[in-house]
Amino acid sequence: MNFDLRLPIGIMFSLLGAILVVFGLVTRGGDMYAAHSLGININFWWGLVLLVFGILMLLGAALARNKRNGK
Amino acid sequence: MQPIHLAGVDYAILFIYFAFILVVGWILKRYMKGSADFFLSGRSIPAWVTGLAFLSANLGAQEVIGMAASGAQYGIMTSHFYWVGAIPAMVFLAIFMMPFYYGSKARSVPEYLKMRFDEKTRGFNAISFAVMTVFSSGISMHVFALLLGKLMNWDYNVCIIVSAAIVLVYIFLGGLTSAIYNEVLQFFLIVLGFAPLVFLALKGVGGWGALKEKLIPVATSQGFAPGTWTDSWQHLGSPTDNPMGVGWFGMVAGLGFVLSFGYWCTDFLVVQRAMAAKSMSAARRTPLIAAVPKMLFPALVILPGMIGIAMYQAGDHFLPFLDNDPAKGIDYNMTIPMLLVKYFPAGMLGVGFTALMASFMSGMAGNVTAFNTVWTYDIYQSYIAPGKSDSHYLWMGRAATVGGIVLSIGTAYWASQSGNIMNLLQLVFSFVNAPLFATFLLGMFWRRATGHGAFFGLLGGTIGAALFHGISLAVGAAPGIKGAWIAKEYLFRSNMGQNFWIAIVAWTTCFVLTILISLMTRRNKTDEQLKGLVYSLTPKLETGHEPWYKRPVTIGILVLAAAMVLNIIFW
Repeated sequence: MNFDLRLPIGIMFSLLGAILVVFGLVTRGGDMYAAHSLGININFWWGLVLLVFGILMLLGAALARNKRNGK
Repeated sequence: MQPIHLAGVDYAILFIYFAFILVVGWILKRYMKGSADFFLSGRSIPAWVTGLAFLSANLGAQEVIGMAASGAQYGIMTSHFYWVGAIPAMVFLAIFMMPFYYGSKARSVPEYLKMRFDEKTRGFNAISFAVMTVFSSGISMHVFALLLGKLMNWDYNVCIIVSAAIVLVYIFLGGLTSAIYNEVLQFFLIVLGFAPLVFLALKGVGGWGALKEKLIPVATSQGFAPGTWTDSWQHLGSPTDNPMGVGWFGMVAGLGFVLSFGYWCTDFLVVQRAMAAKSMSAARRTPLIAAVPKMLFPALVILPGMIGIAMYQAGDHFLPFLDNDPAKGIDYNMTIPMLLVKYFPAGMLGVGFTALMASFMSGMAGNVTAFNTVWTYDIYQSYIAPGKSDSHYLWMGRAATVGGIVLSIGTAYWASQSGNIMNLLQLVFSFVNAPLFATFLLGMFWRRATGHGAFFGLLGGTIGAALFHGISLAVGAAPGIKGAWIAKEYLFRSNMGQNFWIAIVAWTTCFVLTILISLMTRRNKTDEQLKGLVYSLTPKLETGHEPWYKRPVTIGILVLAAAMVLNIIFW
C-alpha cells in the first residue's frame, strides 16, 4: 500500500498541537486554566508534545518516501 | 450532576478528528479494487500498524470506562485482565497459532474451521459470530449514547445516528484498511490524551506513595487487608480476601487460560487485524507488538480509577451517585469523565473527549468489519450465492456494511426498550464463546480430531456452560438470569468468580467430548489435506535469517519476561 499512515497521523497531531499551544498562550492569564490543572498550563505544554509528535511522524513519512524514490 | 460544557475549541478538536477519519476513508477508496482489498486490506499492512490496530480493536469506550471503574472497585487486581488475561494468550497466538491462520490463506477464522474440520463446524461458528458482532456493536452504541446524554445532555438519537453515519461512511469507502488506520489514530489519541490526565491526577493525589497510603482506608473500610487495592497477587489466596471475590485458581485457569485464550486466539475481530499483515513474519509480530503497550495500559486506564476512589475516600466527593441516588452507591463509570473535567481545561478537555469518541467508534468499526467479512465469505458466498464474480462480493461487502450498521442501530433501540432480553442474549453468547479455544487447540495440535468431534464438542461445551450456570449463583443474587435456574448447588463470592468457573467447565466439557467423539468417529481429512493446518503436519517456519528483534519466539520470551517483572513489582 502506497498510502503512508504516518502522513495523516502527523498532520492531525501537528494541527491539534498547534491549536493547543496557541490556545494555551492566549488563555494563560485566565485563572481558570492554570489553577484547574495544578498550576500547569497543560494546554501549552502538552500541545507542544503533540506538535513534536506530529512533526516526528511527518519526518518519518518523508524519510520513507525519499528512500522509496531513491531506489 | 451538572452537564459538562464543551467550549468552542473542544468542538473544533472533535471536528478535526471526524474530518480526518472521513478523509482517510475517502483516500483509501481508490485502493479498494477487489474483495481481498476490502476484507483483508490486500494482506499488505506493515506490522506496527496491524499491531496497534490489534490492540485498539479491543479497546472500545466501554473497556476504557469500565477498566477505570474496576480500578476504583477492585484496585490493582484489575490489571490481571491485562497481565494474566491477555499477554500469555497474545504470545501463544503469535508463536503457535498465527502460522496456521496466516499460512492456510484462510480469509476468516470460521473459514479456518471449515478447512480443518467441516462445514457444520464453520457454519456454527460463522453464524453465532455474525449475530454476536451485530449485537455487541448495537449494545455498545446504546451504552455510549446513554453516557453522552448523561454527561453532556446530548440527544440519544443524534448520538446514535451521527456516530453510525461516520463509521458507515469510512468503512463503506475504505473497508478493513479504513478501520485499521482509524484504530491506529485512536491508539495515539488514547495514549496522548490520557497520559497527561494520569500525570496530573497522580500529582494531585500526591504521588504513588501517597496513593498507596490513601487506598488503605478504602480497603479496610470494606473489611479487607490494608494493601488489597495495591497488591495484585497477595490477596488471591481465597475469594473472601479480595473485592473481586475470586481465588487464584479461578483467576489463572478461568480468566488467564480459558477466557483469555478463547478471546485473543479465536475471536475474528482481533485475528482479522493480524491476517491483514503483509507477510507471515508481520502477521506473527502483530500480537507481540500489541502486547508491549497492552501490558503498560493499566497505568493509563486502571490507575485513574484507583486515584479517583482514593480521592473520594479522602473526602473529595467528585463522583456522582448511580442515578443520583445515594442509596445506590457511587457511579464508578463516571470516574474517567469526572477526572477529565476536574483536571483538563477547555482545549485538553476536547482532546480527552475526542479520545473517548475515537475509542467508541473504532470499537464499533471493528465489529462492523469483522461482521461484513464473515457475512460475505462464510455465509453469503458459502450458502447463499456461491460462484459469483469477485466484484459481486466486493459489492456485497459494502452492502453488508450498510446492513450491519442498520441492524446495530436496531439493536441499540431494542436494548433501550428491553434491557432484560439483551442481558439474556449476552449470557447465551458467553456460553457459545467459552468452549471455543478447546476446539482450536485440538484442531491445531491433534490431527486425529474429527469434524464430528469438533462440532459436537462445541455444542456440548456450550450446553455444559448453560447447565453449570443453572446450578451456580453469586452471593446475594436472585435465582434466574444470574444463575441457579435449575438448583442452587454452587455458591460463589461474586458474579465474576461464577463466570470464570462457567468458562472452566465449558472448556473442559468441550475438550473431553471432542477427544471422545473424535476417537469414536472416522477421520474426515487425510494427512495431506491437513498440511498447513495442523502442527505436526506443517513444516516448521525458519526464522534464523531474520534479525533477533523480528523473530517471534525471541520477542515472545522478552514480552513474557517483562510481564512477569510487572507482576513481581506489584505483587
